[in-house]
Amino acid sequence: MKIETVVNGHKRIFDITPDELLADTLKRYDYTSVRKGCDTTSCGVCTILVDGSPVPSCAYLTARAEGKEITTVEGIAEEAERLAEHFGDEGADQCGFCNPGIALSVHALKLSRKSFTEENLRHYLVGHLCRCSGYQSQIKAIQRYLGDAK
Amino acid sequence: MKFANYHRAESIEDAYEILQKDKTNTIVGGGLWLKLSRREIDTAVDLCDLGLDTIEEDEDVIRIGAMTTLSRIEESDALRNVASGIFPRAVSFIMGVQLRNVATIGGSVMGRYGFSDCITPLLALDARLDFHERGTVPLVDFLHEKGKVTDILKAVIIEKSAAKGFFKKVQKTAHDFPILNVAIVKKEKGTRIAIGSRPSVASLAKEAMEYLEKAPTPDEVIIAETARLAKETLKYSSNHRASAEYRAHLAEVYTRRGLMEVNGLED
Repeated sequence: MKIETVVNGHKRIFDITPDELLADTLKRYDYTSVRKGCDTTSCGVCTILVDGSPVPSCAYLTARAEGKEITTVEGIAEEAERLAEHFGDEGADQCGFCNPGIALSVHALKLSRKSFTEENLRHYLVGHLCRCSGYQSQIKAIQRYLGDAK
Repeated sequence: MKFANYHRAESIEDAYEILQKDKTNTIVGGGLWLKLSRREIDTAVDLCDLGLDTIEEDEDVIRIGAMTTLSRIEESDALRNVASGIFPRAVSFIMGVQLRNVATIGGSVMGRYGFSDCITPLLALDARLDFHERGTVPLVDFLHEKGKVTDILKAVIIEKSAAKGFFKKVQKTAHDFPILNVAIVKKEKGTRIAIGSRPSVASLAKEAMEYLEKAPTPDEVIIAETARLAKETLKYSSNHRASAEYRAHLAEVYTRRGLMEVNGLED
């Protein structure tokens, strides 16, 4: 079956199987920033934005993305670069495997214009697992990034 | 789960017709657990275009459409005003934001999952389910039914009457399924105690509730005995998360603490 969608601002038509999941489709169509980790919605590595909301692409039916706007890290390159600078400054970057998913969730948070305490931020990011950092430096970097964005 | 066809329903009647055509045909809620099932089905029916994703309220009830995401429930002011907001608070502890942006209340309820953090507070809130064919069914009755459901859930209905609520989820990490969860709702006409993830699906602690019924203004002794009954009269089992003994112990402790809280007593 074919579906029409918009990925990073560009109209795309995907040829998919009925039970295909979005992470597989995006990888097949060369959106290489989309990663698969646990493949069971637990780790957050595969996070993308659908109509501006973070979703686990490893469990999101591609067929349901018909007519929706999809954003991967390729679509927020400048913002991701800014966040990466803060990650570097805080020493939050190690293997970097979780970064694309976190960048997209943080971008969605920024667009929501909600004000967040550190506790809220930690709760918001519960769905992103990082096996390197211990989270403290990431939280600091994200707070600085969101502070700059105000 | 593998399926040969994907059907985006144009109406409830359309979805119902497809559902009856082949016994393997299935409604996909949020679709999050598709990968965890090895079933092969003919057609997956998607209700995402039917406008079932809204939370509506009138003077007496709040009606949550079956396709409403857990995120929307978490942010609902209407639901925050019911029974100390236990339902949106319980939902907010479920895994990460990404999952809650996709998971639906309908999928959570219809799966009758033992680990559900949705079903336990809904049971304490005495929620009702509005089905396409059967009409309204109390959640407590639905949970006792066995076998595949061939009807379509349209909405979950919660009463707006004044109540105090308590919810506790015990988990190993912020991202894990519960070891146990306890929800208590005290209304003018009585108190409901629901205990879930034992690890079987949530149940009401009926003997404990009946005992409590006899004491309109319970003190610490009555509350302690009620909690003991919740421990002794429900079945607790072991799995890789916890032993039956530990779950039973947690049930007693949090039932007692919850009852103290909803009765305005210092623990």
